Amino acid sequence: MSTSPVLVIRHGAVAYDRPVLRDVNLTVTSGEVVAVLGANGSGKSTMIRAALGLVPLAEGEVELFGTPLRRFRERRRIGYVPQRLGAGGGVPATVGEVVGSGRLARRGFPGRRTAEDRQAVAGALAAVGLTDRANDPVASLSGGQQQRTLIARALAGQPDLLVLDEPTAGVDAASQEAFADALRDFVARGGTVLLVAHELGPLQPVITRAVVVHDGVIAHDGPVPHPSGHHAEPGHDHVHPHAPQDPPSIWGRE
Amino acid sequence: MNVSLFEIMSYPFMQRALLGALITGLIAPSLGIYLVQRKMSLIGDGIGHIALTGVGVGLLTGSNPVVTAIIVSALGAVAVELIRERGRTSGDMALAILFYGGIAGGVFLVGLAPGKGSANLTSYLFGSLVTTTPADLVAMAVLGACVLAVTVGLRPWLFAVCQDEEYAKVSGLPVRALNLLLAVMTAVTVTVAMRTVGLLLVSALMVVPVAAAQLVSRGFAGTMALAMLGGVVSAGTGMTLSGGFNLQPGATIVLVAIALFVLVALAGTVLRRRRRAEPAQVAACEPPECVLDS
Repeated sequence: MSTSPVLVIRHGAVAYDRPVLRDVNLTVTSGEVVAVLGANGSGKSTMIRAALGLVPLAEGEVELFGTPLRRFRERRRIGYVPQRLGAGGGVPATVGEVVGSGRLARRGFPGRRTAEDRQAVAGALAAVGLTDRANDPVASLSGGQQQRTLIARALAGQPDLLVLDEPTAGVDAASQEAFADALRDFVARGGTVLLVAHELGPLQPVITRAVVVHDGVIAHDGPVPHPSGHHAEPGHDHVHPHAPQDPPSIWGRE
Repeated sequence: MNVSLFEIMSYPFMQRALLGALITGLIAPSLGIYLVQRKMSLIGDGIGHIALTGVGVGLLTGSNPVVTAIIVSALGAVAVELIRERGRTSGDMALAILFYGGIAGGVFLVGLAPGKGSANLTSYLFGSLVTTTPADLVAMAVLGACVLAVTVGLRPWLFAVCQDEEYAKVSGLPVRALNLLLAVMTAVTVTVAMRTVGLLLVSALMVVPVAAAQLVSRGFAGTMALAMLGGVVSAGTGMTLSGGFNLQPGATIVLVAIALFVLVALAGTVLRRRRRAEPAQVAACEPPECVLDS
């Protein structure tokens, strides 16, 4: 397996009203599973959004698969899993339809749907354990199942790089395990993963490297930091008193 | 009434009116579903307001009002799309100014046009199906085919863009081109429906059949098919009723569509109640999540 850089951020800076990221340098090479950790508001989500071109860089540059972001056209090589589905959702959609839209980058515009597309969608649904829900409306799924739908959508495009924004936030344990399995399969087939997380949970064994973002700069880049203090105690239940008891659905508040 | 209805429907002008209504009933929901998906159900109404300025331009300059309405409403729809794309909070206000400017401009220009009274204005605001000429019908059919080619033919792409625009962007889909295409098709649909239900009721035919369909459907493709069916049934029934009882066609069509929505909603409620009365089945339909993991 080659170790060519899949994603490079050089001296990246992002500012909205105030600076959010300052002089960020990150290189992700082929086959790595990199977790971006940090507190809420540290800039970790902004970092990956900037890497994908969803947020403009004020300074610095991004390269994807060796090509500057501006000139990068092989979008099919990237599978993006947002925190939640976009604003659309006024009309019901089945799990199969949402996952099917993950094939469009491969299909070309306006290409026809082939047997290969159908197989890829079926494979992606199987990878996250949602095969039997393909014809159900996404709104009828639990938060964790909806998150798995978004992961299946990214997998359906058979990307080389998977970028996930808080894929396990507010997701039940069963879905987290299913997700860790899907990631393991993806990496075993030569994929590269960049994910943003608040806490790793069952994902921890899959992660090869951790990047900690603090206050807009990278504070740590290396092995996964071990929890300290009472966080390290076996059976520690990571509870956020400020978090809502029932996290809002990723399809929006209902 | 049956005999007289049959007689009335045998007149060529009524047949043209019916055909025009059916075309509108088919295409309006096929476009409207994307607006509903984006939670922008009222945009069609606004584009209708802007189209009136186009009608005014046409009447004033002696050109075909349908052509000028398409051009002006397409420009308006593109402006709306650019405002939406920026996502500014001031966008709401910008839309209001655009829409009311559109209707005021239309009324103003129609008033300036020589020999075009308020009767003419009413025919654009509330439709004038029975005056549909064969040439009008051909124009409606051609424009309708264009709209269907986009809304049905490009459904997977438009679905992806309207469902999750950021994801579509990362996937490399031509997001901007698709959005502008959808904006222009909204303008074309509004102009086709102008003749049928009028500019003030255009949005109803885009949105109400979709609202009814999604009460019973599970997916997007199913909602679209049902909404188009609902649109055709509403237009056909409304037009026939209006012919039989001498009613205003546009308003009748929209009221039939709303009646259809109410009927579907009531039927859905009854079905859900009945399902709730069978507790064993309810328990079986939601398996515990852990069983799903392979």
